Amino acid sequence: MATAPLLEKPVSPPVTAERERRAARLRRSVREHLTAYGFLCAAVVLFALFSWWPIIRNVLLSFQHVNFATGSTWAGTANFEKLFDDPLLATAWRNTALFTAYALVLGFFVPFLTAVLLNEFRHARAYFRVLVYLPVMLPPVVVALLWKWFYDPGPGLFNEVLRTLHLPASDWLDSSSTSLLSLVIVSTWANMGTATLIYLAALQTIPGELYEAAELDGANLWQRLRHVTIPQTRFVLLVLLLLQIVATMQVFTEPYVMTGGGPEDSTVTVMFLIYRYAFVYNDFGTASALSLLLLLVLAAFSALYLRVTRGAKED
Amino acid sequence: MSSTRSRSVALASAAVVSLAALSACGTSSDGAGSAPGGKVTLSVNGQPPTTQAFERRLFDRHVEQFEKAHPDIDIVPHEGFMDPKTFNAKLAGGQLEDVFYVYFTDTRGLIGRNQAADITDHLKGMPHRGDVQDALMKVFQDAKGRQYGLPTANYSMGLLYNRTLFKKAGLDPDKPPRTWAEVRAAAKRIAVLGDSTVGYADYSKNNQGGWHFTAELYSRGGRIATERDGKWKAAFNSAAGKATLRDLHAMRWQDGSMGSKQLLQAEDVQRMMGSGKLGMYVSAADNITVIAKQFGGAYRDYGLAPVPDARSTLIGGEGYMFNPKASPEKIRAGIKWLQWKYLNPDLVEQNIRDNIDSKLPVGLPMPPTPDIWKGAVRERVEQAKRKYANVPVANYQPFMDAAPRVPGVVEPPEAQQVYAVLDTVMQAVLTRKDADIDTLLTAAEKKVDQIYSAL
Repeated sequence: MATAPLLEKPVSPPVTAERERRAARLRRSVREHLTAYGFLCAAVVLFALFSWWPIIRNVLLSFQHVNFATGSTWAGTANFEKLFDDPLLATAWRNTALFTAYALVLGFFVPFLTAVLLNEFRHARAYFRVLVYLPVMLPPVVVALLWKWFYDPGPGLFNEVLRTLHLPASDWLDSSSTSLLSLVIVSTWANMGTATLIYLAALQTIPGELYEAAELDGANLWQRLRHVTIPQTRFVLLVLLLLQIVATMQVFTEPYVMTGGGPEDSTVTVMFLIYRYAFVYNDFGTASALSLLLLLVLAAFSALYLRVTRGAKED
Repeated sequence: MSSTRSRSVALASAAVVSLAALSACGTSSDGAGSAPGGKVTLSVNGQPPTTQAFERRLFDRHVEQFEKAHPDIDIVPHEGFMDPKTFNAKLAGGQLEDVFYVYFTDTRGLIGRNQAADITDHLKGMPHRGDVQDALMKVFQDAKGRQYGLPTANYSMGLLYNRTLFKKAGLDPDKPPRTWAEVRAAAKRIAVLGDSTVGYADYSKNNQGGWHFTAELYSRGGRIATERDGKWKAAFNSAAGKATLRDLHAMRWQDGSMGSKQLLQAEDVQRMMGSGKLGMYVSAADNITVIAKQFGGAYRDYGLAPVPDARSTLIGGEGYMFNPKASPEKIRAGIKWLQWKYLNPDLVEQNIRDNIDSKLPVGLPMPPTPDIWKGAVRERVEQAKRKYANVPVANYQPFMDAAPRVPGVVEPPEAQQVYAVLDTVMQAVLTRKDADIDTLLTAAEKKVDQIYSAL
């Protein structure tokens, strides 16, 4: 609340009255909203304790030599210098960017096209919906172990199929040129169910009259998709795209469980490197510094997401 | 993509940052720690989980017996061993036990970071202190010879092999390979048995590749790093290092005796061994129990030989250290507990009998008869082991006979960081036919020197 400036001459009565009225209004407002503030308080405390405080501490840890036994000491920018001296940092960012790019190409279009196909179905739509969503319900580690068997270069399912078709077998996870893409395929398969259902929900909100009008004008499937479906679902597509960028940039489970970052660091991602610094090298300062860098990148995308959603609301 | 899944992963990284938040809560380990009646209350971990019914019962019985013999000490046992993911959280939150379990790999770092208490002055008069192998005691010492913990079990690497497959391949299971050339020849003969049988397997993932490269390098007399004037430098870009990788590359690509699936880690290889699909791999004795218990193997099917070439062998193991905030009373009580429970030759025979009653293996160089002793005590434990053995001791005799003759070498400094670098080398050799060994070793050497220059 703004305070009145200190005046050398006596305050005029109307101003005093106005101030009192404002104070009374505020008191009444506080009284009326006390219960609401009470409820808010719990959420604020929980957020502060489990979200904001760890983030603040992470920023502090980034600039410290962390020692939980004897107490931490200030390190200035030493953790960041150490990080930038690590040749794996560039590799991790490159792999993360590549993973995100691949995941967008696969994980953005595949669910959308699946949703369009599902939307065209007249029969057994519910059955196919469940089928598409099924992989999401599997625990990530189970998914990883299952796909490890699929990818086995020897007696694995994929290579058996390829050999049966007299096609050349692939090394899948065992080759640095195919390992990252192999992980993207797993990740897409495991996670596309959610995106598909969201797209499907968006598609079902498109008024049928628009399609009828398009059909009357002689539009084929591709034209209906281009002139009706995509413009009508533009906002959902954009929001999911941004959410997907934020999610895929944090990829960890697949490289951790399936490849351990290999072969030859080809699947070391930023999250995997954070994990390694913290829990393998016991260097929480550097792990926090890298977490902070990732946070800044993700914050940029999150800000973009907020702006897009705000813009859509104003529309 | 499911954000829920990502969020759960993000929680893992949030754990990194929220560790700090924990430092605000919890109770610290310092203070007198006296229970009512002037007793010293001592929290210890290493209590087996309830799922391991026998081990848990035995541990709890030991606690009772110890407390009876030491009425001034109250043991508060905690489940769990060393988990790097929770160690710092417990330390930060004041929840770390007074006496906590560690692997040999961790001791140097914990001492360097002042995360363990100096117990040197409290060790005077500890029974059997002089009967424990010096090399193992050294693992818990700093450069000045100050002691920060006690070893309780150890392993040394050998060659674990499948006797049944040896017979099938026309090899003599009582004459395991003694050199790397013999390993290569035997692996070739086992691999041609077909049906996805692999002659020799190796790890190459999650730092275990680097760990195994170290074991194989040591076996040829090589070293990962050497110290000069207090500075460490990489030493694996050597004839021994090149020979190690050349042999692996040849087995994988020329002989086809290592199977096509790589990026393996311990449980993958143990599963292969348990299902009778693997001929040999470098391993410690404890793997035999894991294979038998978890992967359906039978003790009689396996043999253990010293590492090929046997110029030296990688040793590791486990022990206990003390909370840096523990009071002198607690440290003294902790030493009494560790000596009574783990470093007590008088308890060995009783432990053996308990194991036999519960149909657990006796006869391997691991608890209840760990190979941590020297001199007369070692002989006494060995005799008891042979007397009560319920697994075919003869299968492991080549390893035991060679053990005193093969020099044990501990892991290099900053082991995990170095292993991460060497993982890459192992992966390249095992997944790329055109891997250039010289280039790989030179690049790895540069990275490891960088790690050591930062010390």
